[in-house]
Amino acid sequence: MKKLFAFVMAVMMVVGLFAGCGGDAGGNASDKGDAIRIGLSGPFTGDNAVYGNAVKWGMEVAVEEINAKGGVQIHFMSEDDVSDNEKAGTAYATLMDNNMQIFAGAVTTGPCLTLAPKTVTDNIFMMTPSGSNEDIPKAGDNVFQMCFTDPNQGAASAELINSQKMGTKIGVLYDSTTDYSNGIKKSFENAASELQMEIAAVTSFDANTTDYKTQLQQLQSAECDIVFMPIYAAQAVTVLTNANEMGYKPVFLGCDGMDGVLTQENFDTSLAEGLIMMTPYAADNDDPANVAFVEKYKEKSGGEAPNQFAADGYDVIYAIYEGCVAKGITGKTSNADTCAALKEYFATATFNGLTGTNMTWDETGMVSKVPTAVEVQNGTYVSK
Amino acid sequence: MAVLQYLINGLSIGSIYAIIALGYTMVYGIAKMLNFAHGDVIMVGAYISYCVMIYLKMPPVVAILAAIVVCTVLGVLIEALAYRPLRGTSSLAVLITAIGVSYFLQNAAQLIWGVAQKTYSSVVTMESVHLFDGKILITGEVIVTIITSAVVMVCLTLFTSKTRTGKAMRAVSEDRDAAQLMGINVNRTIAVTFAIGSALAAIAGVLLCSASPALKPTTGSMPGIRAFTAAVFGGIGSVPGAMLGGILLGVIEELCKGLISTQFSDAIVFGVLIIVLLVKPTGLLGKQIQEKV
Repeated sequence: MKKLFAFVMAVMMVVGLFAGCGGDAGGNASDKGDAIRIGLSGPFTGDNAVYGNAVKWGMEVAVEEINAKGGVQIHFMSEDDVSDNEKAGTAYATLMDNNMQIFAGAVTTGPCLTLAPKTVTDNIFMMTPSGSNEDIPKAGDNVFQMCFTDPNQGAASAELINSQKMGTKIGVLYDSTTDYSNGIKKSFENAASELQMEIAAVTSFDANTTDYKTQLQQLQSAECDIVFMPIYAAQAVTVLTNANEMGYKPVFLGCDGMDGVLTQENFDTSLAEGLIMMTPYAADNDDPANVAFVEKYKEKSGGEAPNQFAADGYDVIYAIYEGCVAKGITGKTSNADTCAALKEYFATATFNGLTGTNMTWDETGMVSKVPTAVEVQNGTYVSK
Repeated sequence: MAVLQYLINGLSIGSIYAIIALGYTMVYGIAKMLNFAHGDVIMVGAYISYCVMIYLKMPPVVAILAAIVVCTVLGVLIEALAYRPLRGTSSLAVLITAIGVSYFLQNAAQLIWGVAQKTYSSVVTMESVHLFDGKILITGEVIVTIITSAVVMVCLTLFTSKTRTGKAMRAVSEDRDAAQLMGINVNRTIAVTFAIGSALAAIAGVLLCSASPALKPTTGSMPGIRAFTAAVFGGIGSVPGAMLGGILLGVIEELCKGLISTQFSDAIVFGVLIIVLLVKPTGLLGKQIQEKV
C-alpha cells in the first residue's frame, strides 16, 4: 500500500513538473506574439457581480477596439474573485501563472487592498478602475487609480451640502461592512467637522440587512432633512422604497456607488427623484466616443446601459494602451521594465477618456478627477 | 412612539423569518436533515413570480401559483436527485450535499437571470395603516405576511395531526425503520414533505421580496440562514416553535438596532440565542427526546 502511494505521488510530481514546463512554454512571448498581457481580477459572480461584470465588459470593448486598429495588440484575461480577499489572492496567482504583464484590477476595494502589496513585491504595474479607497495607491509607487478616491468624495459631499445649503440637520446612513462605505463616511465626518457642520444622526446597516425601516426611523426621529448615504445602488433601491413607504422625504445624497440606481431592472425611478450623487460619467452623454461605447457595451451586457464602472474599465485599458504605445512596450518587454516605463509615463501623462478630460496622476498614484454632483430629475441625471 | 415602530418593524421581519423557518423545521422534523438549499428555493420562487408578473404581464395570483408549482417540482426533484441517493449515509454527507445544491441554485439563477439586481413589485395591494396621526406605520405587506404565516402554521399543525399523510410523516419522523415495517412508504412521505416545504418557500419568496424589493441570486441565502437560526431558537422540528422563534428573532433584532446599536445587533441577537440554547438545549418549544439505550 505504501509503495503504491509512493508511486502515485511520484507520478503526480512528474506530471507536475511537466505541467510547469508546459506553462512556461505557453507563456513565452514568442508563443503569444507581441500582445501585451493585461489581467483583471473582479467579482463576476456573487453580490458585487454587477460591478465586476461592468468593468470586464467595458475593458473588453476597449480591447476589441484597440486590437481591431492593428498595431499594439492586447491579450486580455480575467479571473473571478467574488469580491473576496482570499479568492482575490487565488485569482491573482492564476493571472501570474498565465504570465500577466500588467494588472488592471481589482474592481472592489477589499481585493484591491489585498493585491496591491503583491504587485509591489512582483513589480507588476497596477491600475484599478474602481477601487476608491485612499490606501490602495499608497501600497507602492506602481499602484494607480482611475476613479476618484473616497476622501475626495466624502469631502466633496460635505462641501456640496454646505455651499448649497441643502439641509439643516444631516443624517448619515452607511454600510458598516464595506471598506468603501466606511472610508467615505469617515472622510465626510472629518470634512463636516472642519466646515463646522453638525451631524444629527449616524446609523448603519450590514451585509445581512434586508429592511432599512428601523434605520430610517432613527433618522426621521432625529428630524434629518438631508441624508448622506455612501452606499451601493443595490441597497439604495430598498432604502428608497422603504423611505417612500414611511412617507419620509429628506434629500438623499450618495456617492459613486449610487450610480446605476436608475438602471436597476423594474425599479420605479420616480422613487429616486431628487436623489443627488457623485459621478464622473453619465451614459446619456452624446459625445460620439461615448455613443459608440454605449452601443458596443450593450451588446455585451445584454442591453444594460454602462455605468461609471464600465467607463472606468474602458478608460483604464486606453490609458495603459497609450502608455505602452508611448514607451514602446510590447509583449516581449519584461514585467519589471514594463512597470518602470509605465510608472515614468503616468508621472507626467495627461489622459482624456470617457470619465474625464485632462486627467493627471499625482506621485501617490491618485487621479485628478473632480467629483461632480448630479441630481435625478425626471429619471435622468442633471448636473447640479 | 419610536419603540412601537421598531416593534412593528421587528414583527414585519420576524413574520418573514417565521414563514421561512416553517419550511426548515418541517423538513428537519421529518427527514432529519438540514436543507440548506431552502433559502435558495425561496429565491427561485421569487424569480419565477417576478418573471410571470413582469415579463408575461400576468396578475399576481397567477404569479404566486406559478411560483408554488415550480418550487414544488424543484423541491421534489432536488430531494430525488441529490438527497435520496444519500439516504442511510452519514448526515454530514447530506449536509454537504445540501450546501452544494444551494450553490448550484445560486449559480444557475445567475446564469438564467443574470447578476444584476432586479426590483420586485409588491404583490400586496392592501393599503398601509397609519396609527397615531401617521406616527406609526403598518404596511400592507406586514399584515399579509403575519396572517399568512399564522394560517400556514395552523394548516401545517392540522395536516400533521389529522390527515393520513401527516400521520405517516410523524411516524417516519419518530422511527423511520419501524414506519417502513408498518407499511409506510418512507420515500414517498419524505418527497411529500419536500413538496410542502418548497411550496412554502415559494410563498416566502413572494412575501420576502414584496417587503424588501431587492431580488438577486443571493436574495434567499441570508434570510434563509436567519430563519434557520429562528427555527433552532424556537425548537427545530416544532411548527409553533418556528413561528415563535422567527417573530422573536425579528423583534429582538429590530429593537437592538433601534435602541442600542445597529452594529451590535447581531452580536446581541446571537448572544440571546446562545443563552436560550444553554438553558433549553432543544430550543423554546422543542421536545426533549429520550435516547433509547
